[in-house]
Amino acid sequence: MTEFAGILIIGAGPAGMAAALAAASSGARIVLLDDNPNPGGQIWRDGPQAHLPAEARQMRERLRACANVHCHAETRVIAIAAEKTLLVENAEQGWLIAYDRLILCTGARELLLPFPGWTLPGVTGAGGLQALIKGGLPVSNERLVIAGSGPLLLASAATARRHGAQVLRIAEQASRAAVAGFAAQLPRWPGKLWQSFGLLDAHYRTGSHVLEALGGDKLEGVRLLQQGKTVELACDRLACGFGLIPNTRLGQALGCALDGQALAVDERQATTRDDHYAAGECTGFGGSELALVEGAIAGHAAVGNTAAAERLWPGRARWQGFARALNKAFALDGRLKSMARSDTLVCRCEDVPYGALAGHGNWREAKLASRCGMGACQGRVCGAALQYLLGWTPPIPRPPFGPARIETLLNLEETPPT
Amino acid sequence: MPELFLDGRPLSVANGTTVAAALALGADGCSRTSVTGQRRAPLCGMGICQECRVMIDGRLRLACQTLCRDGMHVDTRP
Repeated sequence: MTEFAGILIIGAGPAGMAAALAAASSGARIVLLDDNPNPGGQIWRDGPQAHLPAEARQMRERLRACANVHCHAETRVIAIAAEKTLLVENAEQGWLIAYDRLILCTGARELLLPFPGWTLPGVTGAGGLQALIKGGLPVSNERLVIAGSGPLLLASAATARRHGAQVLRIAEQASRAAVAGFAAQLPRWPGKLWQSFGLLDAHYRTGSHVLEALGGDKLEGVRLLQQGKTVELACDRLACGFGLIPNTRLGQALGCALDGQALAVDERQATTRDDHYAAGECTGFGGSELALVEGAIAGHAAVGNTAAAERLWPGRARWQGFARALNKAFALDGRLKSMARSDTLVCRCEDVPYGALAGHGNWREAKLASRCGMGACQGRVCGAALQYLLGWTPPIPRPPFGPARIETLLNLEETPPT
Repeated sequence: MPELFLDGRPLSVANGTTVAAALALGADGCSRTSVTGQRRAPLCGMGICQECRVMIDGRLRLACQTLCRDGMHVDTRP
């Protein structure tokens, strides 16, 4: 089966939803794809313990009201089948989608760095814990330590507290001066002021990071280096994430160039490949406001409404300023590179320890010798960690982009329409 | 209130609950056993890390991106 999309949008977070709504007035057939059960991305993730803001609910309603927007939930991209044709899969079937124009809104993922004990049940990402709680994970009366870097630590703590958890410590690796400098700039972006509340939180510590997660079969405690002193806390969960990194794999596989670690885009949100656009966190971390305006610009540009796209440029510039301030304040300190020990697993899919990798010159050499990155996540976690730890460039991904069923791959034999 | 079977045991959860949450609601939260025999639990919560993959009605799926449905069979030790 081949479905046709005038505009195909990959990712239904704020950027993808804004892109679909902006492009919808053209009347083009729009297909919006996401691997989660509901649109909203990470920030507007729905669930029994989620609290969706009014803006998210309104955007979902408006999308539902557009007869020419077709949403495919729980659907992921498996391969590039042919020129402007993707192979996708949901829980029931695989099929092809041929498109005229593509907008990549693939978002970002947390940078998860290895430290001793990070494979113990009870250890999650920081945003990861927030996502799991929204999906119904019970944390009532649990003792939590949240660690890593960035405003996501505070957002995760707020969600956990709302659901009855006791947050013992929020350990931010950035210095107090860096965080205070960021907080002082926040009045430039009203609505973001809550992000300075960390400095007022009695459990918030700057200049602090995880040394080790402690426990036998599951997490029992955590050892932190807190402003130069070693501290141990008994806890039930450790949520640890070191900021966000753009999801660029599909864009790279499609031939779109990178700018640093993000997909390169011009002022129309166009990538370096004709008819391929990108918006939101896959073009660099900047928060949901930036993602919304970038998505709308990409949606207008993709249907040729240049005037509407240009009207949104000043709004984008404003939120880009916020993104720059944030990324500067929470830049990672080099001492985090010493968290992993020789016996710390780096590749969690193939259980490859750091000691088996450090002697190799690059990613490919290490992968062939150790199986690092050859498991189910295909290096999404360990590749990003090793890019930070050893400066290795992860390879351009090859299909299938994730685990897929054989019957889905059989669709690749079909000749796509010309 | 969907009722599912987690490693053979019945479990009722609220509508919209992910299978990842159900693992903690009905058991010890673990999803799989690693290649060297360690028990693992969901890590990234957003469909990236693959730690939460479980057998759902005979197919390997990600617990964090799958909603509980009535009659679903989830196995963490296939």
